[in-house]
Amino acid sequence: MALLEVRNMTHWFGGLRAVHNYNLTIEKGQIRGLIGPNGAGKTTIFNLITGVYHPTEGTILLEGEDITHLEPNEIASRGLGRTFQNMRLWRYLTVLEHVKMARYSKLTYGLVGAFFGTAKREAEEKANTELAMELLDLVGAAQFADQLVTSLPYGIQRRVELARALATEPKVLFLDEPTAGMNPEELIQMMEIIRKVHDQIGMAIFLIEHRMKFVMELCETIQTLNFGEVIAEGTPEEIRNNPVVIEAYLGKEVEV
Amino acid sequence: MAFFLQNLVNALQWGSFYALIAIGYSMVYGVLFLFNFAHGDIFMVGAYIGFFVSTGLLALASTGVVALPEGVTLALVLVLTLIISMILNSFVGMLVERIGYRPLRNAPRASAAITGLMIGIILETGNLAILGPQRRLFPDLIPTQTITVAGVSITNKKMLIVGISILLTVALHQFVQRSKWGMAMRAMAYDYVVVPLMGIPVNTVALMTFGLGSALAAAGGILYGTAYPVLDPNMGILFGWKAFVAAILGGRGSILGAGVAGFLLGFIEIFVATIFPSTMRNLIAFSIIMIILTFRPHGFFGEPYSARLRL
Repeated sequence: MALLEVRNMTHWFGGLRAVHNYNLTIEKGQIRGLIGPNGAGKTTIFNLITGVYHPTEGTILLEGEDITHLEPNEIASRGLGRTFQNMRLWRYLTVLEHVKMARYSKLTYGLVGAFFGTAKREAEEKANTELAMELLDLVGAAQFADQLVTSLPYGIQRRVELARALATEPKVLFLDEPTAGMNPEELIQMMEIIRKVHDQIGMAIFLIEHRMKFVMELCETIQTLNFGEVIAEGTPEEIRNNPVVIEAYLGKEVEV
Repeated sequence: MAFFLQNLVNALQWGSFYALIAIGYSMVYGVLFLFNFAHGDIFMVGAYIGFFVSTGLLALASTGVVALPEGVTLALVLVLTLIISMILNSFVGMLVERIGYRPLRNAPRASAAITGLMIGIILETGNLAILGPQRRLFPDLIPTQTITVAGVSITNKKMLIVGISILLTVALHQFVQRSKWGMAMRAMAYDYVVVPLMGIPVNTVALMTFGLGSALAAAGGILYGTAYPVLDPNMGILFGWKAFVAAILGGRGSILGAGVAGFLLGFIEIFVATIFPSTMRNLIAFSIIMIILTFRPHGFFGEPYSARLRL
């Protein structure tokens, strides 16, 4: 049984077919990539799997369990964590609060604890803070724990976002363009961080990325999407030399 | 000096009611980006619930099931009335969210505002239809004792009202700052969309926001009833609007801001009334607030409107 399986997923936005007959299988610990030109439907696929939208047709199974129609918070607490193309951090919350917040579904103390600070709450909050600090340490952002995210450099904000996603204890981590807007140096650092996180925690990763160097180096297999359909799937080597992919990205060669 | 202090004490009590209502406005706005215009009427419902709960408890006590000294009985009735009514009124608030606002979560904000006004009218007229037009007399739960210090007379009632209001405000602030739900509320205020994807149930947080705001409004209603014991179905309208102004003045979404502004509004009104004829009280008080808002349009503790990130 695959860790995550998407079967024949199709989605319509009104009269527009954004995703057509999409299939995906991710095994434990695998890193897979999703590439494709702008508007191909990559983020829509992320949104469909993580429950922001519910697909018009198709089934999504996490560890054999049907999660197609669950609410996004239920899907997240079952083990799909994600980051966003435009980060979506919370202004006016500190770095540490971001990571702690993502552990909401793991905290079990009740209302009484919330108001009066029972021993259970104190213990849970303490453990939560420690775990959040470990994650921030893992992504190299621990020294910024008490700062507001808005005051941090872009590359660090990206790391905070990654730590926040990790805090949900994902079985599959969805990364939507984790290096968007980064300079080459930050890109190399991000790649190393993702490798490190993957080595230490060992979750599966599914990522959208435009930077070919990044995708080719990290991913075991890559899907190429165009107009909502998978037009090619294979190892980085196969994808690199696939004429259909080259055409989708660069356009068709024409004799002049 | 004694004159000033005397008015200060009065203003503190008057401001307490505004503070307790304004916090509910501000919390809901902060988390869900809508003004719950039914909130003044939720305050009214809270006062009525308090009336029925306290009358019931007093009737129960008079049957002699529990033999306690009268002072203890009254104190017990007050505490129980507060707790029970706050819980019951929080359900009223949650019902309003569930029925009135949740279906409009993604609708234009104007729709939600209109719904709020409608819910308010339904609560007022519903009360009138069910309970009839006669006013209710809130039972006196705090037998008045007056202490005079340096020419300023303070009643135990006033101290209790102000004390309970401040206590509740601080408790709520703590809750929002330090509990997981409070953090979820703050996170929701900044980005609605990402919150569920981090495993946080948005609907639960929304319900809780309404519940807490309504619980505080019920406390406000009961305390108001102990100070001004006549209840009528329209008592929430003017109070609601004034508390709404306090919420804006405090900065939308800020609990402490709403609390502080509630007290400030109390001060302005009371002091205006001591200097000018009382018919001019609202006119002058609200002119002052308009001037303040001209210079601080987003209130004392609020962020500029554009700072919020919405989908």
